[in-house]
This record gives sequence, C-alpha cells and structure tokens, in this order.
Amino acid sequence: MILVSKLCGKISPLSLKDYKENGGFEALEKALFKMKTEQIIDEVRASNLKGRGGAAFPTGLKLQFVASEKSDIKYIICNADEGEPGTFKDKILLDGCPFQIIEGMIISALAVGASYGYIYIRGEYPQTKDLLKKAVNILKEEGFLGKNILGTDLCFDIEVRTGAGAYVCGEETALIESIEGNDGRSRFKPPYTANKGLWGKPTLVNNVETLINIPYIISLGSEEYKKFGTKSSSGTKLLSISGCVANKGVYEIEFGMTIREIINEICGGVETDKEIKFVQLGGSSGAVLPAEMLDIKIDFDELNKLGIGLGSGAMFVGDESICILDFVKTTMEFFKHESCGKCTPCREGNRHINKILNRIIEGKGSNRDLELLVDICELMKDTSLCGLGQSAPTALLTTMKYFEEEYKEHIEGFCRAGICNLKKGAVVYG
Amino acid sequence: MDNVNITINGVAVSVKKGTTILEACKKININIPTLCYHPDQELKGNCRVCVVEVEGQPRLQPSCCTPVTQGMVIKTNSKRVREARKAIVELILAAHNCNCLTCIRNNNCELQNISRELGIDSVRFDNVEEILPLDNSNPSIVRDGSKCIKCGRCVEVCSKVQGVGAIYNINRSHDMRIAPAYEEGLNNVPCVYCGQCINVCPVGAIYEKNDINNVWKVLDDKSKHVVVQVAPAVRVSIGEEFGFDAGSIVTGKIVSLLKRIGFDRVFDTNFTADLTIIEEGNELLHRIKNGGKLPMMTSCSPGWIRYVEYFYPELLENVSTCKSPQQMFGALAKSYYAEKYKINPENIVVVSIMPCTAKKAECIRDEMNDSGYQDVDFVLTTRELVRMVHQSGININKIEEKDFDDPFGITTGAAAIFGATGGVMEAALRTVYEIVTGNELKNINLTTVRGIDGIKEAEIPVGDLNVKVAVANGLNNAKIILDMINEGKADYHFIEIMACPGGCIGGGGQPIPGNIEVKKQRMDGIYNVDKSKLIRKSHKNPAIIKLYEEYLGEPLGHKSHKLLHTHYAKRELYEV
Repeated sequence: MILVSKLCGKISPLSLKDYKENGGFEALEKALFKMKTEQIIDEVRASNLKGRGGAAFPTGLKLQFVASEKSDIKYIICNADEGEPGTFKDKILLDGCPFQIIEGMIISALAVGASYGYIYIRGEYPQTKDLLKKAVNILKEEGFLGKNILGTDLCFDIEVRTGAGAYVCGEETALIESIEGNDGRSRFKPPYTANKGLWGKPTLVNNVETLINIPYIISLGSEEYKKFGTKSSSGTKLLSISGCVANKGVYEIEFGMTIREIINEICGGVETDKEIKFVQLGGSSGAVLPAEMLDIKIDFDELNKLGIGLGSGAMFVGDESICILDFVKTTMEFFKHESCGKCTPCREGNRHINKILNRIIEGKGSNRDLELLVDICELMKDTSLCGLGQSAPTALLTTMKYFEEEYKEHIEGFCRAGICNLKKGAVVYG
Repeated sequence: MDNVNITINGVAVSVKKGTTILEACKKININIPTLCYHPDQELKGNCRVCVVEVEGQPRLQPSCCTPVTQGMVIKTNSKRVREARKAIVELILAAHNCNCLTCIRNNNCELQNISRELGIDSVRFDNVEEILPLDNSNPSIVRDGSKCIKCGRCVEVCSKVQGVGAIYNINRSHDMRIAPAYEEGLNNVPCVYCGQCINVCPVGAIYEKNDINNVWKVLDDKSKHVVVQVAPAVRVSIGEEFGFDAGSIVTGKIVSLLKRIGFDRVFDTNFTADLTIIEEGNELLHRIKNGGKLPMMTSCSPGWIRYVEYFYPELLENVSTCKSPQQMFGALAKSYYAEKYKINPENIVVVSIMPCTAKKAECIRDEMNDSGYQDVDFVLTTRELVRMVHQSGININKIEEKDFDDPFGITTGAAAIFGATGGVMEAALRTVYEIVTGNELKNINLTTVRGIDGIKEAEIPVGDLNVKVAVANGLNNAKIILDMINEGKADYHFIEIMACPGGCIGGGGQPIPGNIEVKKQRMDGIYNVDKSKLIRKSHKNPAIIKLYEEYLGEPLGHKSHKLLHTHYAKRELYEV
C-alpha cells in the first residue's frame, strides 16, 4: 500500500513542475480557497490522523489546541530530527518529496494561524538539509512561502535548522531549546508547547510523516482517507525494517497488518537459516517482543492494549544468534550516552543499568541485580522528566519479562547464544 | 481569581488556580521534600524528589512544577511515592561524596535532611562517586564537584540573577557537570566572586575559601597586633546561627566574642562607612559642580566592581574612586591608627568580618596597599566567624555585650544602613543635603530607596538641584541601568549598586538559608540599628570630624586621595 510516499523516487524532488503535475499544492489551494480554517481542523480531526513521531497524539486535536491560543505570533515546527536508532523513514520522505511536507506545514499554518515555521533536521542528514533549503527557496520564489501566499492574506515563512546530533533534541521541548540556541535539554510540562513553545509562544510541533499526510487528508477528504487502515488507526505507516529479514528498508504499509505478515509478505522472510527470536518495535526505546507475539497487528489500539507503543515505526527483527542481554546492553549504552543529564532518574539510572548489565554479562551478576534493574527501570519510567528517560528502560523491561530465562541463565553463567564470554548453553528450568 | 477544588491524601482543599501541588500541600501542612526547588528561584523540575501520585496520571508528577487542576486527586505519601523518592535520593547519594563529617555543610545540608526525612538507611546502588579536583583557583570561592548534586540553582543565580554566567551545565548524561567553560578554574572566567552560588547550594559543593586557620595563626603570634573590623550587615545575620531570629541585633555580643577569641582591638567598619559617605558625597558634589562624569556610581561592593570591570569597562569612569569601607579601614589602620598608637604597621594584622566572599579578592588587589602594606590581610565571612566561635567554645547566647574600641568605634545610623540595598544612597543624601543647603534635613528616612525591589528610583530636591538617583541590587538589575546609561537614557546623578540581591544582608558570605523572607528580616534589623543611633548622619560623627582634624585634613584632600581613593581597570572576559 503506497499513499503518502507515492511520489518518493518517482519525481525529481526539487521539480515544482513534477510535483504540481502529480497533484501537488491542490490540497493547499483547496484549503486556501474552498475551506474555512475550522473546516481544515475538522477534516484532520475527522480523519483520525495520529502523530507519527512516536506519541500517536491525535493531530487534529493538536491543531485545535494551537488554533485556539491567542498570540501575536505562533510557530510551526517540522520535527525532522530523526534520531531513533533503526529509524530512517523520514529521510525517505524528506529526500523524496520535500514539497509535500512543506505543503503540509503551510496548510497547518493556515489552520492554526502560524506565521513562521522551522524544519529542524538532524545534523547527520547534511545532504537532506541542503535539499530542504533549496526546496524552501524554490517555494519562496514561486509564491508558496513568504508574504501573501498565492495572493491571499496567508503569510508564512520557513527556516531550516539543524541540531548537533543529540538524540534528545527529537523530544519537542529539547528541540525548541535547541532552536532557541540553548543546550538540548527537555523542559517540564505543563506548559505544553501548544500553549507556550518556541520563544514562549504557541507552537505546533509535528513529525515529518504526520505533516506529509495532511495534504492527502485535505485532497481526499477524511471519509476517503479513513478507508485506509483500521478503525482506530487510519491511513498508512512507514516502517523502517532492519535486522535479519531478507529485504530490509522502508515500507509504507496500511494499518492492520500483523508483524508476521510484514516480515513474510513484504520483507521476504528471514535471510538466515535461523528462527526469529524477537522483534523490537519502535526503535531503541521500543518494546522487544518474542516470536510468539508476531501475530499482533500494527494498530494503535491493539498495541495499546498490550502496553506497547509503535513509536517511530522502526522494526528490528532478531534471530536466535543474538543474545538478548548483549542486544539490550547495546541499547542501554545508547541511552546512557544520550541522556541529557538534567533529571536524576535518567542521568543516574542509565549508568547504574549499564553497570549492572555489564556485571551480569561478565557472569558476576546476582538475583539481587535483577531486582535492582527492575527497580531502576520502573523508577525511570515513573519519574523521568521527558520521554527519553521514561522510555529508555522499555527494551530492558520487556526483555526481562519475555526472556526472563535468558537473564537467569546469565546469572548462572551461561549464554545460550554464545555471545557473552560465558559457557555456551541453556539451563533448563522447571 | 478562580479557585479549584482538589483532594490531597483524602483531604478536600480549595486553592487558587495556578497553584502548584507543592504549594497546595504546604497550605495544609504537608511537607514535600525538594532539592532543586528554591523559594526565590524559577521552577526547574530536575531532581524529581518531590514527586507525588496524581489519580489518572500514568506517571508520578513533580509537585514543584505541576499546577493543580479542578478535581485533582493527589497522594503524597503512598508506597509508590515513598519508594520512588527514596530511590531517587539513593541515586543521588550513590554519586555524592558522602564525607559528611568533614563537610562544610554538615548539619546544614538539604541532602542530609532529606536522607534523614525519607528514612534512607542504606544505598542499594554501586558507589559511583567521582573524586574531582577541587577548584580553589581563586581567593574567594571553592567548588567541589564531588559534592555537586546538579540541581542547577547556582547556574540560575549566576546567569539570571547576577547576569554573569560564569558556570554552566557542561557535558551530558552522568558526565554532566556544573562548571566554568572548558572546566577552567573560576579565576580564568569572568566570575565576580559574589558568592550567590554558595547561598543557594543545597549541599557543600560550593563554599568560601577558608581563611580561619590564617587568622588563628596570627592570633597565636604574639608579635602581631591583630585588629578586626565588623561590617554593618554581619550584626543582623550572625545571630541566626545561634538560635536568634533573623534581624536580631547582636553587635555587642560580636564585639565581646571577638575580644575573647583574642583580637587586640575590635573596630567597626561602620566607622569607615561614615567616612565613605563624606568622601563619596563630596566626590559627587565635585563632579556635579565641575562637570565630572555622571551619573556617579557607588564603589563599595567588590562583586559589582569586578562586574563593571569585566562587562562594562567603558563605564569605569562613572564609578566613584572611593575605596570600599573595608579598604578605607585597612589603609587607616596601618597609617593613622599605627601612628596614633605608635604601633609598627608592619606588625599590624587587619582582619575583616564581612558578609561577602568578594571582599577576600578585594583585599589582595594590587592597588590595596596604600598604607605601604597590604591594607587588609584576611577576610572572614559571617559563616567563617560562626565556625571560629564554635571552635573557640564561646557561648554567644550567654556572653556579655561590649562596645567597639576607639578610635574606630563611634558610628552613626547612616553607616549602619550600608548593609541594605539603598542604604548608601540614603546615607549619602542625608549628608549631601546638609552640606549643600546648610539646613538640617527634617525627615531623614528616605523610604523610597528602601526595600527589596531590584531597582528603585527617587528624585530629591537638594537646594536648587533636583538630585535624581537610582538604586540597583543584584547584578542583572545593575545591567538594566548600565544599558540605560550606554543608551543615553539615564539622567541620574547618582546610582547605588550592590552586587548581591538585597544588598550586603544578602551577601555571599551570610548564613544559609538566606531567602527573601530572611533578607527582609535582616533588613528590618539594619533599619532598627539606624533608629537606635543618636547620630544618624555621617558628617555629624565626632570621631570622623576628629579624624579629619587630626590626620586627613579635608575630604578629597591629599591624604584622602592617597589612602581612601583608588582606580579600576578593564578585565578581559576570557584570556585568549
């Protein structure tokens, strides 16, 4: 199923002619000339579009929050700080069809009354950044950005900004701090960005993939759009799939497919002769699910019921050659490195988790260490200031739940995958 | 204002909309432990110690920065809350240098209190304490990174209250530290040594450089004649450390205990505060009459002097050339006093008891040796004197009161108010008015320049001239005035600037805690000293008149110029 990414790779990304010949800016014209601003928001609300950056917050509601704020200036930020490990789907959209993302920003600006926008792109995408700058300039020259867009009263300009590589800057308040010229460290909420965001003004922060959906919703109408996907999750989702599948890459799928279907039907199954051991859904901050759970559907409600988030839509498929602890250790090292250091649970928790994991992997762990790990993880989840600290322990907690035996084996001095410097083999419990 | 109804631990409470959970709990006498929270500062939400349970919220909420909403149901003492708070403090303790017994903040440490209140009897996590080198690169302030709990209070006070920004959060994750840029020493960055960071530190991570042992050493040396001066703001604050209310005046007890400790003479810095008024008042009149640089700015606060030298060197000519009262005292002690009492100035040691950390750096400035020797030898903060008292075993509560010694013992109410923001201005105007008009000033309480506000302005008719004055305390407020001067928007004649919020009563060497409420009480104490004085104008001080007759000659005269005035120099922000 290809919807929002259908122009990616099909047209020249900086050719306005190509874009317009393929329906580009029809949605903007419709929004500008045939709809009231409330209708735009209503349409997005009715579409049931949920944020694609990880939190799955209803986009229409967010638009409404910012629209209802009274302020001399409002901002829109396109969050293109795609830093979640294993996630590379925004890059496809940014490289493939930048105009469409910007069109989504312009329509959102119209809807909420914003006059200035930022595209905050991760520092590790320098070529994409150049491309976006060019795209913005082309649109300025052609009257799609700047003062009196397409001859109307709408004035909206965009600036492209980059971070210096901090993962936490993908968190919206840290991102805002970074744009303001401060260290990338999250703010506490409330105030929410919709009320007080960039420079203390109402700010709409949306993910690249969320924004690229908006022109489709406006063009197709929410009824038509909702035909894609499931009841709770309309539309499509871009997944970044990596690991031991035969065909790795970015795929746009319709909501409602099971993980197993995705692996077998889209990715061509497993490339090795080993069995699938686990799938990590949502990047490093996502849950690690055992092979028995591969029949769950990619659907916000269904995942929610299991307490799992879809996150940014990354999917890492691991086979039996991987040691769960070794895998989690890598994940936790990432969070130890990326914690901004502001709040106690995340700053201190991550380092203790790493110390304990290392101890277990070296065969020096104890059952008490396992208890401590759970305590630290729960504390971080419960008390960290921002999403980074709250979600950092997810992989650890879910593996301790679904792969408890492997943790116990390491305590006993065995690593079944033979990765850790312990005896190879599994202890049989029961 | 709309009220919202909430429930805290089953108790229904009605509070104003916008109240935080922490404030709401305080209202019904529920104490919630905090570390990064400080009543005078912005909310930070860093430490997460103050978390509470809010019904319907999946995660615990920090009470310091979560506003209440209608119908909110809060639990402050559930098992989940207690365990989370304990675990957070344990994480902090695992990274903290827990050598409490030798810590300067032992028994006055917020982390120690919280650990006790939460009932922490062991730390489950590995000790990850880092032994970082002490930064004692400068004469005033020592930083001990191994004690830092990264609450961010010092960073805020340095950047936002003082507008200096000498320290900041560097690095990330557990490597995050609070330090000067590139982890330089404080001596290599534009730190003004005001010590406000010390006053807000919840633990012993920042403190004044200890000069107690230097002072004991000279006291033990029988060949030395050790004199001590006591600054105006010390007498209304030191009592706090011995169970007195803030603002209690314990002048006589201080004199008495200093004598017991072994100082040969105990003098009053208020004397040279009076002298400052004479010199500075005349300097102002001289500038007004002769078209000198205006507005003239006060020069008693060494933190402020460092600030203007670093950040506004173009305005150095606007700063009064008068030395601070501390330095005037030092210069006179080793000249006038030495001659008068026939003591070899080489053997005189001048010790100051100051509410200030910047004074430690002021006394070793190259210019401060006009007596032929280093004018002031050692500076002890109020807190250091407290430690000396403890070490000496003197019971300050029972000790008899004594008077300051001559010839620097008689002082006026005008000098007393130097300790509060606006005081120098008020004292100066009391004198300037009478010098210019020759008439007696009837209402000597110039209340418009009093109080805790950051910037105060007044216009006082002095003869034919309407003297326009401004008073700023806290360097970020000073910055506002300085920018106005640079933009040509400030037509003041005279500006008083104190580096520390509230003036010297809020100095970086004062007892901790010293929040706004405490400062207001100390300020009341200062004005009570003024009220209690028979003489309340500096130029009426008989000892000052005698000093001019016997020794100095006239204000701004040759001897004054040599001993009581100084100069300033531009400082480079960062050495390249």
